[in-house]
Amino acid sequence: MSLIDLLFRKNKPSSASTAKERLQIIISHERTRQSQPDLINQMQAEILSVIAKYLDIPSDKIQDQVKVDVERRGEHSVLELNITLPDSCT
Amino acid sequence: MAEVIVVTSGKGGVGKTTSSAALGTGLALKGYRTVVVDFDVGLRNLDLIMGCERRVVYDLVNVVKEEALLHQALIKDKRLENLFVLPASQTRDKDALDLAGVEKVIEELKTSFDYIICDSPAGIEKGAMMALYFADRAIVVTNPEVSSVRDSDRILGILASKSKRAEEKREPIREHLLVTRYSATRVERGDMLSLEDIEDLLAIPLLGVIPESQAVLRASNSGIPVTFDQESDAGQAYLDAIDRFLGHKVPMRFITTKKKGLLQRLFKSKAEETS
Ligand SMILES: Nc1ncnc2c1ncn2[C@@H]1O[C@H](COP(=O)(O)OP(=O)(O)O)[C@@H](O)[C@H]1O
Ligand SMILES: [Mg+2]
Repeated sequence: MSLIDLLFRKNKPSSASTAKERLQIIISHERTRQSQPDLINQMQAEILSVIAKYLDIPSDKIQDQVKVDVERRGEHSVLELNITLPDSCT
Repeated sequence: MAEVIVVTSGKGGVGKTTSSAALGTGLALKGYRTVVVDFDVGLRNLDLIMGCERRVVYDLVNVVKEEALLHQALIKDKRLENLFVLPASQTRDKDALDLAGVEKVIEELKTSFDYIICDSPAGIEKGAMMALYFADRAIVVTNPEVSSVRDSDRILGILASKSKRAEEKREPIREHLLVTRYSATRVERGDMLSLEDIEDLLAIPLLGVIPESQAVLRASNSGIPVTFDQESDAGQAYLDAIDRFLGHKVPMRFITTKKKGLLQRLFKSKAEETS
């Protein structure tokens, strides 16, 4: 990196690098959504129903307490399951 | 074996028609029998860029609807023996084309051409689908700009899932990235996405970089594809891209500014002294 770069650029990211960061986020998000087959959606629904069977979570709250996400990380997809257990279980 | 090539992008105004005309001309200059098909039904423009607008009698829709024979609609280029244009129609009817009809035309073109270049309309709707459905190879035209890069990624998703090759689970369409309207000066200033940025984001092999060039407007003004202007940067960049398309290794040009400014050189040498 030349001195002129250091002088004029270091303190503020260039608009091009902002553009790249924004694109990285939106593109990976859209790729995940597009490649999410119906199978994954069905699996999400079934996981939710199994959880509802064992834990006493009102059906309108289940979306908040149980989060199922599919995320693409590099070469593979990660299925992430986050369950907030109700007080009665712990 | 004839190959079907779609020139596509999602976004409009990025240089699909310019590139279709330039690449078609270049392939013909190399001796291949080439036809460029305008799929932009309703907004015919390829004829203007290729300078044959006054010779359009029949068009793609006429052939698909069997109102004309293919050879009646094909327009032979004035300059090159082996270059032809199949113009789009000006109809506003969105359903003027159907897949079966288009397939018939493409199959017929395959019997007499080496390369069939499909100039896609913008968008991801029916017209763009028609242009890409039968493709063997795709040239994804992208500008160094956020909306163009995002739309190119959408198109890549569609090529991989909605094309004939994808539906028949055959070998996927070969994808090529063509970056157009590139300004090395603005990239070096940090105002424009760089080539590396775009390659990183889209992750498909790079076919070429066409600089933002005054020669392109001059070429369209006179209806002579920019590939004929072999003095020009854009003309040379398109010829390089064609060589790569044909499998040759050619270094990228026009991706850095030629001369460093006095100030930059001054600072640069100081920086080198102190480092
Ligand atoms: N490399 C370039 N340098 C300068 N202008 C360009 C370049 N490529 C395309 N253009 C201009 O951009 C506009 C849109 O190009 P066009 O090929 O019609 O895009 P599309 O077919 O994708 O809508 C035209 O005015 C064209 O002259
Ligand atoms: Mg066009």
